[in-house]
Amino acid sequence: MTTVETPPIIDLAAASAAASPQRVIVQRTRKRNFGTWVRGGGVSNLVFLLPMLVIFGAFSWYPIVQALVMSFQKTNLVTPAIFVGWDNFARVLHDPNLYVAIQNTGYFALLALIFGYPVPLVAAVLMSEVRRGKGLFSALAYLPVVVPPVVAVLLWKFFYDGRPEGVFNTILGWVGIPPQPWIQNAIEAMPSLVLEATWAAAGGTVIIYLAALTSVPPELYDAAEVDGASIWQKIWHVTLPQLRGVLIITLILQIIGTSQVFLEPFLFTGGGPANATITILLLIYRYAFQNSLGGNYGAATALSVMLALFLAALSLIYFQLTKRWSS
Amino acid sequence: MTIPKILPRAGRRRGAKVVDANERSIISASDWRRRGTRGTFTVLNGVLLLVLVVFGLGPILWLAKSAITPTQDTLQSPMALFPHGVDWGIIVTAWTEVHIDVQFVNTIWVALGSWIVQIIVATTAGYALSVLKPRYAGILNGLVLATLFVPAVVLLVPLYLVIIHPPLIQTSLINTFWAVWLPAGANAFNILLVKRFFDNLPREVFEAARTEGAGPFRLFWSIVLPMSRPILGVISVFAIIAAYKDYLWPLLVLRDPSVQPLSVRLPTLQKAIELDVYLAALAIATIIPIVFFLVFQRAFLKSAGLGGAIKG
Repeated sequence: MTTVETPPIIDLAAASAAASPQRVIVQRTRKRNFGTWVRGGGVSNLVFLLPMLVIFGAFSWYPIVQALVMSFQKTNLVTPAIFVGWDNFARVLHDPNLYVAIQNTGYFALLALIFGYPVPLVAAVLMSEVRRGKGLFSALAYLPVVVPPVVAVLLWKFFYDGRPEGVFNTILGWVGIPPQPWIQNAIEAMPSLVLEATWAAAGGTVIIYLAALTSVPPELYDAAEVDGASIWQKIWHVTLPQLRGVLIITLILQIIGTSQVFLEPFLFTGGGPANATITILLLIYRYAFQNSLGGNYGAATALSVMLALFLAALSLIYFQLTKRWSS
Repeated sequence: MTIPKILPRAGRRRGAKVVDANERSIISASDWRRRGTRGTFTVLNGVLLLVLVVFGLGPILWLAKSAITPTQDTLQSPMALFPHGVDWGIIVTAWTEVHIDVQFVNTIWVALGSWIVQIIVATTAGYALSVLKPRYAGILNGLVLATLFVPAVVLLVPLYLVIIHPPLIQTSLINTFWAVWLPAGANAFNILLVKRFFDNLPREVFEAARTEGAGPFRLFWSIVLPMSRPILGVISVFAIIAAYKDYLWPLLVLRDPSVQPLSVRLPTLQKAIELDVYLAALAIATIIPIVFFLVFQRAFLKSAGLGGAIKG
């Protein structure tokens, strides 16, 4: 009864409100946003986010999208880009150099594991037992990492001088080993590159292992001793299982790193002799930048995208593992 | 695990080393008392030290020696120590005639600019995402973290094209330091580290400052930044080392020798100059990082412990 008697204008408003509640809410929130956005710090939020938005937008997000687009395009930077479907991928996959590069990169990664994986572990375990002057030991181990990588490669390139008077050949001469051709020889070139890369990187891994060794719970060693474990047994049954997480992480990181090896083959050998040291990244560089007539950017990005998918899968495993182990 | 949290610490200083009673390693005190064990490990330590000196210090000392040894001596008997005396003039030639000084200054500019850009982007973004937290912060955070999965290789060509034709400004950035500085800022790992650090700062301090009437800018400048020195130190070490080490990217965008840093210039010098001057140039390029390392050893080794995580 009373509702009927109420003035129609109010009824109408109530009815319209009941009929379209969303509209009212939309109007309300928009009004509140507009009013409170500035007062609630919307402007200052944006000011603080601006450097990141500009830098990531221009130099990370946009190029990532662009890489995907360009891998399906033919571009020479002068005429407009044309979409060519899977042509770039087909071209890369039909390049016989690709398989040489994959093989070489795999060979580099394998040798790097053989040379470079056990050495830092052994060094770190030994160093963790040093009683006096531990700082000196870690500083010495880390020193090669501090040398700029370009300088390290150029220096070792001189060490690898193939003449009998070369630095390494002189040292080999002291112990009666005949001079080696080192990087001038297709068989010895890759191991020579890996030797330098291992020298340059091992110190960093040693420091990571040293940090991990200090976090092994001392009770475990105490418990092992109660059971009469020898030093070797303690290393085998306590230390190594406790380092398992770090060991797998450095393994994945090393594979990710060696898959992208560029500096060593580029500066030591330029991919030679006879393509014996051409790697995937070197091939990408050649596609894009080594042709004076203008690069084949499509092929270069297509190969980059394929490599990236492989690496992203590895990083995904890496992140899953770190997530599980960090607690 | 390799992305450990760097927590804000309350007033623990360098000198106040906490002695942990539980601190021990694989070899126990009773193991150590056994003569055989001690003898073996003393010998092992000696061997280890010798190996580290030969491999860690050896090549660097050789470079230092060759920087002041005439070309013919280095070519004929590389392992001999100054058979025909020392020639300090070689270093002077490298510095003044080959103009390594230009590259030296360029290297410092490249590192300094990259460092500043990274600090600005990381602190402002970390502050906005962790403390101000607008509603869309989660999405932005995801977008930043997603770039961690994209290896730098993918960006090589498209980023190069961005530098040639930058959006909005219509001049190419090739042969300017901006081409190295600006892309250096797009470092997701920095933002991750800073955001985590800010997440662990006590919220009560922010609330107190806000009730005292501090706005977001004041809060950032007077409260958050002074508290974040440890994390800024870590990022600074990373930023400067990365800038000093980088080769491929500056090689692509800094084609003009007058703007090239040492790393880009040195390989091209090899064929153009005398061997002794070239080795002196290599030695000069090594001095700064070695001195930095010796001075800030603790910071270096601390960041190296985290170092694994940024290689991905």
